[in-house]
Amino acid sequence: MTAPASTSRRPINWSSPLTYALALAIAAVSMVPVLYVILGGFRDTPQINRDPAGLPDPWVWSTYGRVLSQGRFWTQAINSTVIALGTTLGVMALGVCAAFVLARYRFRGRELLYTYFTLGFLFPAGAAILPLYLMLRDMGLINSYYAVILPQVAFQLPVTIVILRPFLLAIPTELEDAAYIDGSSRLGFFWRILLPLSGPALVTVGVLAFVSSWNAFLLPLLVLNDVNLHTLPLGVQNFSTQYTSDTAGILAFTSLAMLPALLFFTLAERQIVGGLQGAVKG
Amino acid sequence: MSRTSESVGLADRASARPARPRPTGGQSTRAARTRRKWYEIIGLTTPALVVYTMFVLVPMGFALYYSLFRWRGAGPPTEFVGLRNYRLAFEDPIFRDALWNNIIIVVGSLLVQVPLAIGIALVLNRRFRGRAFFRLLVLVPFVLAEVAVGIMWRLILASDGSADTLLRALGLGGLVRGWLSDLPLIIWTLLFILTWKYIGFAIILFLAGLSNVPHELSEAAAIDGASWWQIQRHITLPLLGPTIRIWIFLSMIGSLQQFDIIWVVAAPSTRSLGAANTMATYMVDNGFFARLWGYGNSVAVILFGISFVAALLFQRFVLRRDIEGALTGRAN
Repeated sequence: MTAPASTSRRPINWSSPLTYALALAIAAVSMVPVLYVILGGFRDTPQINRDPAGLPDPWVWSTYGRVLSQGRFWTQAINSTVIALGTTLGVMALGVCAAFVLARYRFRGRELLYTYFTLGFLFPAGAAILPLYLMLRDMGLINSYYAVILPQVAFQLPVTIVILRPFLLAIPTELEDAAYIDGSSRLGFFWRILLPLSGPALVTVGVLAFVSSWNAFLLPLLVLNDVNLHTLPLGVQNFSTQYTSDTAGILAFTSLAMLPALLFFTLAERQIVGGLQGAVKG
Repeated sequence: MSRTSESVGLADRASARPARPRPTGGQSTRAARTRRKWYEIIGLTTPALVVYTMFVLVPMGFALYYSLFRWRGAGPPTEFVGLRNYRLAFEDPIFRDALWNNIIIVVGSLLVQVPLAIGIALVLNRRFRGRAFFRLLVLVPFVLAEVAVGIMWRLILASDGSADTLLRALGLGGLVRGWLSDLPLIIWTLLFILTWKYIGFAIILFLAGLSNVPHELSEAAAIDGASWWQIQRHITLPLLGPTIRIWIFLSMIGSLQQFDIIWVVAAPSTRSLGAANTMATYMVDNGFFARLWGYGNSVAVILFGISFVAALLFQRFVLRRDIEGALTGRAN
């Protein structure tokens, strides 16, 4: 076994089949359950009861149709979208302003401020959920989008700032000086030069915020009691506990709820992976 | 004091507005500049600072306060009971079960995921056609919603569900168990599901760590006649240390907070029996659904305290070299 050579033509590696076999096994373990859910939606419940591990035979399209023609599914999809977009925009706006100051201003207490934000890693949303609920209740925000969006923005800020600050720090000072010579103010430099340049990093933090909001369960479970405000995770969970005997329906509903996240992930895979890796290396 | 070219480089915005009467002394120009700088700093950071402080830090303070009362949530808390809620929690066997389950999840995740994820990352770090595609597939479970994953496995592992059918078809019918109904077994089933869901995160972090290992090192070792395995064992893995330690930190905090998957997969009865609960599900069951707000908040403080102490200790003794100042180093 030799180290990879730099030339593009290499002799076929004897261990290649083994590598493929292992990679295929790994992929199967992670994908088979997911495919089971998606394919299960193309069966009906009698089929599933007869042979729980079988393939669709014949293919049934009505189960997906039934879920899609339900008004409730679309209401939940819209609620999830509004909340995820609100969270994403909020995090990006607040995060980039704070990260800009932490990266490009020199002032006393800057590192203290940065540490203060990173302290958020030690305050997980899970532990604070009860007092958070009480606070939102006293603010009269229960059963509103804000009750989910505001805390999600807050809890997403530390990781956002940790990703954005090094990126903004890396933009050369020469650009800043050139902007000042041209008569730009520091805010003008921020708005006209820094923001357009930080597109990739903004996309990364935006994608991370969107996916975590789309998948969120605990916070919506507590603060959204109104059925008309339910998000997809709440909807899927309720459906699966209400219609326990409708296995095919549950599978179809679950895969439809997974689908946007899967699509989004395939489109923005690089940003998600880069963001997760960057956040740790930060 | 004359204006030098240096002051242009230092963001002298006064020059952009020649119409405004310029103060006579350079001293006050600088003062105005400093003042303006502080306005900008305050203006840009305040929104983030307010939202973050209010929703991330303040709630924990309230939890500390509420936890000292016996309180059903209506009106302000009045019945002060001191630390009784904490004593009750530690005396409740169901809470001790939850704590124990959390420990199983924390330790089990480390013991299972570290070797498994390193192995998978080493495989996916080899050069072969389609590698990017396999890396994508491995991460799919991590991106799926916890609720979807929970429902998925709840159906697959239901008694006489597809997992059992598959085992019987393979002639392994003797292995069939009550995956989600046999009380002592449930926590291990849950650990399996959690591993399936979260191992992708470990894998991509380790892959990032592996890509940082300089090629020259392994090439030099290969020239010296080292085998692939020797290269991994003596060069790659030691250099992966910092990545593994950071992952352990994140995994530990996440395992202590575990709620969604437990809540969705385990039947409420198994939760209330302590077979499949965690501190977080115990807290929501008692605080939110049973409306024991004072008691629930004391569990929140315990959960937070354990996470905080674990994080600080880990940071102090293990992580310090890896993320100097990134978490709490500077403040101390």
